[in-house]
Amino acid sequence: MSYGVQLILLFIGAVLVNNFVLMRYLGLCPYLGVSKQTDSAFGMGMAVIFVMFLAAVVTWLIYHFILVPLDLAWMRTIFFILVIASLVQTVEIIMQKSLPSLYRALGIFLPLITTNCAVLGVTVLNIDSGFDFFQSVVHAFGAGVGFTLALLLMAGLRERMEVGNVPKPLRGLPIAFITAGLMSVAFLGFSGLIPE
Amino acid sequence: MSLKEFTKGFFRENPVFVLALGLCPTLAVSSLVEKGLGMGLAATFVLVCSNVIISLVRKLVPKRIRIPIFIVIIATFVVIVELALKAYLPPLSEALGIFIPLIVVNCIILGRAEAYAQKNSVGRSFMDGLGMGLGFTYALFIIATIREVLGFGTFLGFSVFGSDFEPATIMILSPGAFITIGLMMGYFNWRRRRKKLKGVGAPDDILAERERLTAATKEAA
Repeated sequence: MSYGVQLILLFIGAVLVNNFVLMRYLGLCPYLGVSKQTDSAFGMGMAVIFVMFLAAVVTWLIYHFILVPLDLAWMRTIFFILVIASLVQTVEIIMQKSLPSLYRALGIFLPLITTNCAVLGVTVLNIDSGFDFFQSVVHAFGAGVGFTLALLLMAGLRERMEVGNVPKPLRGLPIAFITAGLMSVAFLGFSGLIPE
Repeated sequence: MSLKEFTKGFFRENPVFVLALGLCPTLAVSSLVEKGLGMGLAATFVLVCSNVIISLVRKLVPKRIRIPIFIVIIATFVVIVELALKAYLPPLSEALGIFIPLIVVNCIILGRAEAYAQKNSVGRSFMDGLGMGLGFTYALFIIATIREVLGFGTFLGFSVFGSDFEPATIMILSPGAFITIGLMMGYFNWRRRRKKLKGVGAPDDILAERERLTAATKEAA
């Protein structure tokens, strides 16, 4: 299998087979918090793709060129969370100054991303799986796309559910979880799509 | 120092079922009771230690940069747990995988730091951390018990139903996790409605509250 094909399979795997939300249980807080309307779900999804991509690039470089040579690999958790927090902050400032229209669309979602475990999760997974630079970047991008896909599907379902007759104790989060469970049944169908 | 600080974590303000915090690890490690307990106790250790330290330094920390400081304190204890588990309990460390480093971004811990430890004395923060941590462990234990018994037919590895039992594999896969926690939250909602307990909002209100809290991070950081 050539390297290019491997990267494509890695991408599809990250989007569908190992969907971050429905199969790896990462990023559930924004998944349930921002999935009430499709507009905001789309904004959040784009912001997550963007930050995941940048975080994967930066943390991979830091890990392999700073932490490993200095024998500080065990400190990665502290380093990564600080890198992600400052990255989000920097992106926000740059966006606010140079891309005000994009900032208006995505700005409010950025601070929420710092505490999104999907972002820290993808960077740690990249290191744990021993991915090289391009694999890490593709994996992070695929993870972001998969998150957005799950978020948009959920938002569409929840918009419909607003008018549905849900039993009172299940209204709000409980029914959202049960819906997510049914969605993940559907996503289970993708397992086996990628040869091991 | 009252007992209430300790017991509120179990029912009235249970972090998972009522406050809807810390959901990712709850779903991910609850396929086996052993994993659930390991994760719960690891998070409890981090929560108690970070609550105590944050409460100790609460008067020294400038308000505007408090969140990054809290995160560094929390991350320090997470690294301690990570290394200790790797050294002394390698199988558990392997089973929990990336969810050990992800304790850093567990909303329960930063949430308690922000909502409780930075405003209260050391003793109270200690009790709060212990209660919330064990409340989290207890929630994990319930979900993991349901999933392991139905999904494997075992409890802590011991067979429950004998060899005739056909395990419902779906319970240990992700759909089982989502549906179990959804029904448990529904049960807690139903219980609260019936008892007409006042003073705790619906989980949705609390999610909104947390979003406001995270938005405050923006100014602080």
